[in-house]
Amino acid sequence: MANVASTTASAGSELTARALREAVFAGLISLGLFILFVGLETTQNIRNELVLNQRWGLLATFVVIAMVGRFLMVAYVQPRLAQRKAAKAAAPDVVKEEGFFSRNFSAIAIVALILYPPVVLALTGVQGSLKWVDNFGIQILIYVMLAWGLNIVVGLAGLLDLGYVAFYAVGAYSYALLSSYFGLSFWVLLPVAGLLAACWGVVLGFPVLRLRGDYLAIVTLAFGEIIRLVLINWTEVTKGTFGVSGIAKATLFGIKFDATKTGFAALFGLPMSSAYYKIFLFYLILGLALLTAFVTIRLRRMPIGRAWEALREDEIACRSLGINTVTTKLTAFATGAMFGGFAGSFFAVRQGFVSPESFVFLESAVILAIVVLGGMGSLTGIAIAAAVMIGGTEILRELAFLKLVFGPNFTPELYRMLIFGLAMVVVMVWKPRGFVGSREPTAFLHKRKAVSGSFTKEGHG
Amino acid sequence: MALETNTMTKDPILKVEHLSMRFGGLMAINDFSFEAARGDITALIGPNGAGKTTVFNCITGFYKPTMGMITMKQRSGKEYLLERLPDFEITKTAKVARTFQNIRMFSGLTVLENLLVAQHNKLMQASGYTLLGLFGFPAYRQASGEAIDIARHWLEKASLIDRADDPAGDLPYGAQRRLEIARAMCTGPELLCLDEPAAGLNPRESLALNELLQEIRRDTGTSILLIEHDMSVVMEISDHVVVLEYGQKISDGNPDFVKNDPKVIAAYLGVEDEEVEEVIEQIEEIESEQGGTKQ
Amino acid sequence: MEYFVQQLVNGLTLGSIYGMIAIGYTMVYGIIGMINFAHGDIFMLGGFAALIVFLILTTFMAGIPVVLALLLMMIVGMLTAALWNWTIERVAYRPLRGSFRLAPLITAIGMSIVLSNFIQVTQGPRNKPIPPLVSSVYDIFGIAVSLKQIIIVVITAFLLSVFWYIVNRTPLGRAQRATEQDRKMAALLGVDVDRTISVTFIMGAALAAVAGTMYLMYYGVVVFTDGFAPGVKAFTAAVLGGIGSLPGAVLGGLLIGLIESLWSAYFTIDYKDVATFSILAIVLIFKPSGILGRPEVEKV
Repeated sequence: MANVASTTASAGSELTARALREAVFAGLISLGLFILFVGLETTQNIRNELVLNQRWGLLATFVVIAMVGRFLMVAYVQPRLAQRKAAKAAAPDVVKEEGFFSRNFSAIAIVALILYPPVVLALTGVQGSLKWVDNFGIQILIYVMLAWGLNIVVGLAGLLDLGYVAFYAVGAYSYALLSSYFGLSFWVLLPVAGLLAACWGVVLGFPVLRLRGDYLAIVTLAFGEIIRLVLINWTEVTKGTFGVSGIAKATLFGIKFDATKTGFAALFGLPMSSAYYKIFLFYLILGLALLTAFVTIRLRRMPIGRAWEALREDEIACRSLGINTVTTKLTAFATGAMFGGFAGSFFAVRQGFVSPESFVFLESAVILAIVVLGGMGSLTGIAIAAAVMIGGTEILRELAFLKLVFGPNFTPELYRMLIFGLAMVVVMVWKPRGFVGSREPTAFLHKRKAVSGSFTKEGHG
Repeated sequence: MALETNTMTKDPILKVEHLSMRFGGLMAINDFSFEAARGDITALIGPNGAGKTTVFNCITGFYKPTMGMITMKQRSGKEYLLERLPDFEITKTAKVARTFQNIRMFSGLTVLENLLVAQHNKLMQASGYTLLGLFGFPAYRQASGEAIDIARHWLEKASLIDRADDPAGDLPYGAQRRLEIARAMCTGPELLCLDEPAAGLNPRESLALNELLQEIRRDTGTSILLIEHDMSVVMEISDHVVVLEYGQKISDGNPDFVKNDPKVIAAYLGVEDEEVEEVIEQIEEIESEQGGTKQ
Repeated sequence: MEYFVQQLVNGLTLGSIYGMIAIGYTMVYGIIGMINFAHGDIFMLGGFAALIVFLILTTFMAGIPVVLALLLMMIVGMLTAALWNWTIERVAYRPLRGSFRLAPLITAIGMSIVLSNFIQVTQGPRNKPIPPLVSSVYDIFGIAVSLKQIIIVVITAFLLSVFWYIVNRTPLGRAQRATEQDRKMAALLGVDVDRTISVTFIMGAALAAVAGTMYLMYYGVVVFTDGFAPGVKAFTAAVLGGIGSLPGAVLGGLLIGLIESLWSAYFTIDYKDVATFSILAIVLIFKPSGILGRPEVEKV
């Protein structure tokens, strides 16, 4: 007995020694990483010359955090994780019966979303609800819709598209320009924007049909940039970097959301507030997003959807089965682009202003990240990823109490993208296949069983 | 020679004439001609690197031949020049389906879904090129029900019915081979081209494969063209054997004729020792078997 | 004619910088088949490191010879960028090796966001201008060639020959090429694959940092967003030249530099990036594997 105890004790001290070693190593590395960028700051002095500002205390904090973090990681977290893994491997494979909540997740989520605006309205009042409906509700739903649209191209057809934001831009500018030049209404232009984006999807898709994998990625990225650059430089039409402003608002069956007598508020005897328009927009984007989901689910059960997934798995086998891969790829591009176009025209109507700045590569990257983080092909996973990533970074704006901790100069918004990027890395390393890694089959004979992510491929394109 | 002319006069489903394929300076196939008769199982054999798969790739449109003509004649009498069709049209309109030497599954789709993908063109039409199906028109629902029935039929034939809802990538190797054949049959072909269907199978699976192929021919009248190394498969089930060496035809006739053709023996003897032994062994095996049945 | 040659010189200078960044992309792609999206930001980081070293030198060691200053900026920049790239590979890419192909792409994009925002947070979002380091201009047959340009082209040529030597003539390079061909087999034959990959990231980052220093010297300004545009163009260069090919990366870089400066000189400067990207698209459509890339043939 004593013997056993002493071996565990010596193993423990060995672990501590190793953890200390690793902590020192991590400290040295972090010192190297941060000494220039954290220890010194370049600031402009009164004569507009760059001068150095020394921050050795901050550097020390960074290094200490790295060392402590590494020590805890090696000494406590890693053994704990290894133990859990071993326990999991040892435990028999029990098939977990899904609870009521997870079985009806989609239905519950949709009901919750429909009830969201009235609940917020009741809790926070008319003016207070603005922020919650707009910054959280609408903002997240736009990304959900965009990610669901891109999911058709990347998740189903396996074509890596890094320029998806181009279609978003096409949709937004279609509405902005056609409504301001021709005075057409949102409801007329919504399908027009979708169609135009779909056409661009085909136009851009056609030349890249032969390209595979990373070549496809870079060319789609290039196309996205080309569209943005044209929007910047074609000033006669797009007004360049100034953007198009004063875009007409949408109407509900001809009812305008303004302060006039025929406006929404007056008509229903409510006090005038922009909150009602926001709530209307919330339901509009919810409807559009659900349309995207509905079409995706329907298409997956149809030959075209199956062909997309087959294309992702093996293009040559597809051709050997008589599938025209050219039209299959183009329809994937066009369908994905169409939803991007819808989302774009919604974006224009929501902001009332579009400029090329909203359509930078970073947006494409964020949308793609949501698709992959959620689990390619899984609508639920993608929606969760959008809520976590976009909602999470939006929440940073709300954390005013951090000012009390870090001082009045601390602006949490500055760290939004930094944390977004870190979250992308952490989630991917933790779950490389995304939140929902399994695939739901589209047809079954005996029993519907989810396909584990280890079998699905990610496509070549 | 009499045997050879005999197969020639039969109604040919596939005619390959003066086929040549050049890769850079290498003449992979040189003036190769043969015919496959309707309803026959035709085997294309030859040593490694003889150009068998290249011939297949030319027939199924994955390569465009440098020269030559490949004619597919359907039951209805319609003729197609395969070298002029894009690869997917060869399956879609000319009704030639194929399998691959290295199995190409849609491994993330279930077995059933694999077979539904194979019925793409039919279902596409039934769904009004997606538009009607999107709005839930009954025509598509009916067609998709029929497609599942066809898939069920082939799953039963390939004894994969129990695994219908499992991912294809989860199947063992032999089952994947059968699935690939079932999938090709779901395209409704008149000519089925199999690239080494018995490669990597154990004797029991190999036997099951023979039965499956013979059943396919008997029940559907589909003609089969196969590339094979496994002589027991070739000799047992094929009606007609074509031997290829260095891209040229060296023998053509029924299995007995080919087996005893000195050129064929030389070709196999001329390669590696192991393979020669294999050939001799198999020939002896088959002969003793046939001797046994005669008594 | 002189105008044309002048633009040629400008294009070559710019192209050298792109080429040096492109090598990092192409080497990483060659060895682990991933687009290291954070590489452009490593270049920016190198530029910032050089900037800070420059400020240290001017604050504490005024009067140091320019050559020494440049050398120090370059070396510290290389070390810092190499350390960052090594860490990033360890933390964000290595755990995902052999997993789902898109996962490292996403972490790379995440890292790119982290790096640029890290610099924004720690160094501030404004442009960082420095006084010109070298300002001599020579008149060669009526063409104005600045010393900066000569330094950039000479350093690029020198580093490229060093790299060419390392990759083609040393055991390290052999290990790299073996890992590129078949990682599993290389490991079986005793190549330390992890180390080889780490070294590749370090080498790529060092070159990017040199490019960053040159960029700072050439334009006299750096800002936290500078990783993106040169990064994308360098990646475009790598793809244009044929990704995985070292000479291809340099050729692609030079081509992109030339296209950019010639287009700006003869057409409108507004559309110079549109021209670059369009040419990339056109080349890839007709030659999908790039100019010097090996065509990817899938066996049926």
